[in-house]
Amino acid sequence: MTSKQIERRFEIFKTFVAVALALGLALIVISFVSESPVEAISAFITGPFQRATRISNIIEVMTPLMFTGTAICIMYQANQFSMIGEGAFLIGANLATWFAVTHENWAGLPLITVCFIVAIVAGVAVAVVPAVLKVKFRANEVVSSIMMNYVILKISDYIFYYILRDVASGQQASFPIPKQGKLLKMFGLRMHVGVIIGLIVCVAAYVFIYRTKWGYQIRMTGANMNFAKYSGISVMGIALSTQLIGGGIAGLGGAVEILGRYDRFLWFGTQPGFGFDGVLVGVLAKNNPLLVPVAAFLLAYMRTGADVMNRVSDVPVEFVDVVQGLIILFVAAEMFMAKYRHKLIVNNAKKQLEAKEAAE
Amino acid sequence: MEFLSSLFELIFTPAFAASVLRITTPILFAALGGIMARRCGILNLALEGTMLTAALFAVIGSALTKRAVLGGVSAALADPALVSKANFAGIIAGFIVGTVAGILMALFLAYMAVGLKADAYLAGLAINTMTTGGTVFILYMVAGDKGISSSLDSGSMPFIDLPIIKDIPILGEIFSGQNIMTYFSWICVAIVYFILFKTATGLRIRAVGETPSAAESVGVNVKKVQYIAMALSGLFCGFGGVSLSMSYVQFFSRGMTAGKGFIGMSAMNLGNASPVGTAVAAFLFGFFDAMANVMQSMSIPVQFVQAIPYVATLVGLVVFAIQSDNKVKKLKAKQAK
Repeated sequence: MTSKQIERRFEIFKTFVAVALALGLALIVISFVSESPVEAISAFITGPFQRATRISNIIEVMTPLMFTGTAICIMYQANQFSMIGEGAFLIGANLATWFAVTHENWAGLPLITVCFIVAIVAGVAVAVVPAVLKVKFRANEVVSSIMMNYVILKISDYIFYYILRDVASGQQASFPIPKQGKLLKMFGLRMHVGVIIGLIVCVAAYVFIYRTKWGYQIRMTGANMNFAKYSGISVMGIALSTQLIGGGIAGLGGAVEILGRYDRFLWFGTQPGFGFDGVLVGVLAKNNPLLVPVAAFLLAYMRTGADVMNRVSDVPVEFVDVVQGLIILFVAAEMFMAKYRHKLIVNNAKKQLEAKEAAE
Repeated sequence: MEFLSSLFELIFTPAFAASVLRITTPILFAALGGIMARRCGILNLALEGTMLTAALFAVIGSALTKRAVLGGVSAALADPALVSKANFAGIIAGFIVGTVAGILMALFLAYMAVGLKADAYLAGLAINTMTTGGTVFILYMVAGDKGISSSLDSGSMPFIDLPIIKDIPILGEIFSGQNIMTYFSWICVAIVYFILFKTATGLRIRAVGETPSAAESVGVNVKKVQYIAMALSGLFCGFGGVSLSMSYVQFFSRGMTAGKGFIGMSAMNLGNASPVGTAVAAFLFGFFDAMANVMQSMSIPVQFVQAIPYVATLVGLVVFAIQSDNKVKKLKAKQAK
């Protein structure tokens, strides 16, 4: 085995340890704070699989995360740490709603298709700002994308409040999305075909990154920018294109979420947070789009489990945020288990040396 | 025009100016925390979570200390001397516990970023996620409520009437009678300036932030300096947390930072991490926030007003980038000569 293979295996192993450790810590905390810890823990772990509606709920929750997670993967592969997924998702959902409610008499398929296109374009459009700021002015994309997210939130709020809002609905909600504009439900449950679109996006992103020339350039730029530049890759072009693609995917995710899960657009005043969750998914998936569905499933499973536990026991659902945060921390910490990795590589090298000597 | 004149009527009032000062306080503290982190070269996205944690622990520390001093006697029945003693102890304890919680959170981020070499911004986001849920979790455990800490009897930092100024007609209404944390935040701007530009530690912090390798080559302990700067960052966020939950309101409610940490970060960026510039930017954010509040009552679109500071920050980022580019060009031209 080469050191590189060991490192790759180690990274996967480390992710597992991180998840196990975070969950383990959570279980310890639960057993301390709950009066019926066994019940609470079993609700958390087995609860999500006990009913078909809950499994459907996991699928529903994981669907938007697959889009924002894939967006993060593509951007992070090129070392572009833009948080624009959050804003792109929101504006995608917002404008998809706008198009759907203003074109009520269109047939289903064309309506949905155009909604998707509108959302993708919107996502790309908002991603332009931090991307250009980065490429033209070398402004830090983390900061500028977060600023941009606030600007987008205000734009979305404005469109919602003055164009989409249905005063007669009796709540802070938009006009209802026309029936034919909604995504099909599957198996008679609440889950919708958005999950299939998500899977297609993940696979397509995988093929794009690992099987095309463009994708190779992206990975090269991420691995070593100077080397990429030296070998004639337009590093700035990669920085720009990955951020725009990421924005587009996140925007599409917004449209899928709103047309799949909601009757009306409801997000007003605060960011819905799918972009931030997408970071967790991307980090867990090690920036590999093919692993995004797995990571999104894990996150959705934990959320659903915490929800079930919240209903049957005295442990508040919010503890799942702590688990999520811990997982990111463990996975992101380079030095976490670094000694173990070192030992693995040294042992392997020793073994290879011995084998060589024995052969001689 | 009618709209403009009615807007001016609402804005050119002492009450409005006073509200700007009040709203700016936590933003300014967060921005000062952001300065310390940025100056030592760490992107602190956890300002939000740090302030939130500090706000919660300030309330808990205050309430539990008050309860302990009263010794189980209800405040209504206890000896007045004991009550005032308990109140005083509660305020001091809340301030200290909140601030310490802020410092610990920032040191935790520093440990992740410097000690364990995690990406600082990922660790910062993780801390924000953890604290959003974690504070609700702890609140539920301590106060039995997931939304608000009203069952805890916590204290409030004092409101202060400034001598002399309070008797000046308009100025008095604006500047006097604010919470002590508001005045303290202004003093902290000077403190940050002093630390950064008048002390050896500040020089080291700035050196480490600009080029860590150069600082290391002249014998500066980079890690130690970063830990110190991050502790200071946490200190100011801690003050910010206290100013949220122990001044104009005397409770903790879930998510009560409501983006103020990120706004502080923007102000820091708009001010390019200079203490005075950042303070001006923080007041700008406070001004537009207050203006949006006023305009809401006039039922006109407030969203664009609310978006102005963020757009300004984006423009600011560009301007600073061009400025530093020009600086580099000039230096290079000089060297060429």
